[in-house]
Amino acid sequence: MTLEIIGISVLWLFLFGYVIVASIDFGAGFFSAYSDFAKKKHILHKIIQRYLSPVWEVTNVFLVFFFVGIVGFFPKTAYYYGTILLVPASIAIVLLAIRGSYYAFHTYGKTERNWYLLAYGLTGLFIPASLSIVLTISEGGFVEKSGETLTLLYKELFVSPLTWSIVLLSITSVLYISATFLTYYANEAGDMKARELLRKYALSWSGPTILSALLIIYQLRHHNPEHYNNMFNVAWMFVVSFVFFVITIYLLWKKKRYGWAFVSLVLQYAFAFYAYGISHYPYLLYPYLTIYDGFTNKTMAIALIIAFIAGFLLLVPSLYLLLKLFLFNKKYVKGQL
Amino acid sequence: MWEYDPVMFSRLLTELTLTFHIIFATIGVGVPLMIAIAQWVGIRKNDEHYILLARRWTRGFVITVAVGVVTGTAIGLQLSLLWPNFMQLAGQVISLPLFMETFAFFFEAIFLGIYLYTWDRFENQKKHLLLLIPVAIGSSASAMFITMVNAFMNTPQGFELKDGVITNIEPLAAMFNPATPTKVAHVLTTAYMTSAFILASIAAWHLLRGNRHIYHKKALYLTVKTAFIFSFASALVGDLSGKFLAEYQPEKLAAAEWHFETSTHAPLVMFGTLDENNNVKNAIEIPYALSILAHNHPGAEVKGLNEFPKDEIPPLYIHYLFDLMVTIGILLTIVSAIYWLGKQLKWKWIMSKPFLALLVAAGPLSMLAIELGWYLAEVGRQPWILRGYMKTAEAATSSGNVDTMLVVFSILYLILGIASVTVLINMFRKNPVEKELAERSLEQGGVS
Repeated sequence: MTLEIIGISVLWLFLFGYVIVASIDFGAGFFSAYSDFAKKKHILHKIIQRYLSPVWEVTNVFLVFFFVGIVGFFPKTAYYYGTILLVPASIAIVLLAIRGSYYAFHTYGKTERNWYLLAYGLTGLFIPASLSIVLTISEGGFVEKSGETLTLLYKELFVSPLTWSIVLLSITSVLYISATFLTYYANEAGDMKARELLRKYALSWSGPTILSALLIIYQLRHHNPEHYNNMFNVAWMFVVSFVFFVITIYLLWKKKRYGWAFVSLVLQYAFAFYAYGISHYPYLLYPYLTIYDGFTNKTMAIALIIAFIAGFLLLVPSLYLLLKLFLFNKKYVKGQL
Repeated sequence: MWEYDPVMFSRLLTELTLTFHIIFATIGVGVPLMIAIAQWVGIRKNDEHYILLARRWTRGFVITVAVGVVTGTAIGLQLSLLWPNFMQLAGQVISLPLFMETFAFFFEAIFLGIYLYTWDRFENQKKHLLLLIPVAIGSSASAMFITMVNAFMNTPQGFELKDGVITNIEPLAAMFNPATPTKVAHVLTTAYMTSAFILASIAAWHLLRGNRHIYHKKALYLTVKTAFIFSFASALVGDLSGKFLAEYQPEKLAAAEWHFETSTHAPLVMFGTLDENNNVKNAIEIPYALSILAHNHPGAEVKGLNEFPKDEIPPLYIHYLFDLMVTIGILLTIVSAIYWLGKQLKWKWIMSKPFLALLVAAGPLSMLAIELGWYLAEVGRQPWILRGYMKTAEAATSSGNVDTMLVVFSILYLILGIASVTVLINMFRKNPVEKELAERSLEQGGVS
């Protein structure tokens, strides 16, 4: 395995971590806001708050980790993506800023405002949409390069069906992942009312999720045939992913083993996510930037990997402690602590 | 009409984001240490007042952390969005400390979450103190790593640049560059100092308003004493920073001091004005002080601005930033020293209204000095972004819309600023110390 592959695999792992934890977070925010308007707040509010409170800060770090890491391992991405993403990334920053700070203002400062709750819920859906634009751009065709100048073609991006398929997948996934996790969490808390409501949400979002995923594969066939063909080399991974999808739905439907239902969902996304990533290889930005011409020097790559291992040895026990104290602590989950 | 200039707008936007972020970042570095100290004093003296102090500070701290996190994310991304050419080049040398900063921040975030939600879970207060230590270490470590990045931009080393291609990279040499020791030390000591003064301002404010509760008196004594120690340390490090500048960035020191001609026995110029021929007017001159600041010897030679190429000297207004920063620093050291001495000698007037008003002003003044110091450090290395290697104008994005983004972010920071202040004030107004102490039925500390 070359250093390039190690680098991109590590980063892809962090991005995947962010996709999962952020989806739970964004979806929870949306459900929390929605339940208020649908007069179901008394059912959901407590369970969501209890989960989110100790972890909201950690969620953000996964994203920071990814973008610091990618500039470290692949400094040229700073030049390519930095130049073209000014507007979309700034929008995402503003939304993240509003969402993150207002969560804290609300939770710790006890501000009770309806318009705020609405904004909080909606940003939870807009952020994944604005971030997923990067995935669309990476497929190529939306960036014009003349000499040293790079321009993002907003119009092409806006009218492309691929853009909207990816946005659709990001939103439905957020709701699906979040609802499945919270179903498990509510079940652990012994909160049957919340569990039933969330289970219903999870099941109803599963269909749109898988449909939008299929839609993307169909779009890629026309948009980026090279990527589309590469996908067939890892077709088995998509099949495995689909099997896990079926397992999750089965378990949710049969109302049993919610923990395994969530694990299976994570595996479903992991396989699809890695299959997508592998088939995108070797491009970071099709067709301008590959992981080879954008890679940092060898000394720095080794230093980064050492730092990464050392950091991980520090983080894993700490994360374990966090999970043990809150997520897997029956008393805390039930609200007895 | 304004002409669209991405370099200028990129500079303005970066300046705006950092100015706003630094307020919250400074609190984020210093306050965890203060919380840990209060918790420790509370355990050692077996005094619930200090434990409550730690908890109330933490509650306010969470709000500032949230704003610090989101603005930190903003500047992290803006580095690549606004300075893509710089990140492409420097990213190859400096990504190690950037990466480690995120690790330190991650570490802090995990333990802050645990500390916040286990407040009443453990009987033993020592366990809560043990949770605070990684929070304080994590926040100071992230300040250290990110300051290393900034230090590298001031004195780049650990690589070779030939025809735009970087070779012979030594990540550790880049991290431990000549600017690192003084910069890291100055950032940490001033952050601790500023946080202590801000917390002192809150206590002094309550006492000034006529609330004579023993809780506020204890808070004031603890914070001002700590602030004195750290402001003294900041002054020492500040002196070392001056010597560093004289050796490695003489043009920054010379511009900050309006020292045009190279000379021995150089005087320190304070305030004053410049006429069109760069003659200093109306200034206070302290003989030999600049030579002492630069080389620890009154007869030492200090390099003057005239020796540098015209297009490589920073703007001369940084002189005022330097003077104001130093004046505030010295003033606050003296004020905190007087308070501490007054406590030992039982002077009554240190609790008088005028002196308390001075202590109320100390927090905001200290924060102002932080901002001025950063402006001095950053504007002082203009026109370079990577001193000696890359000019700021070559580093900026070529992208359109930077002006629009400047407007968008200005609005964002305005809203965040107003909201965080409102939330913080409401938080503590609705839940005064007396109420909380009564709830914890620990009023035996008594009202003096």
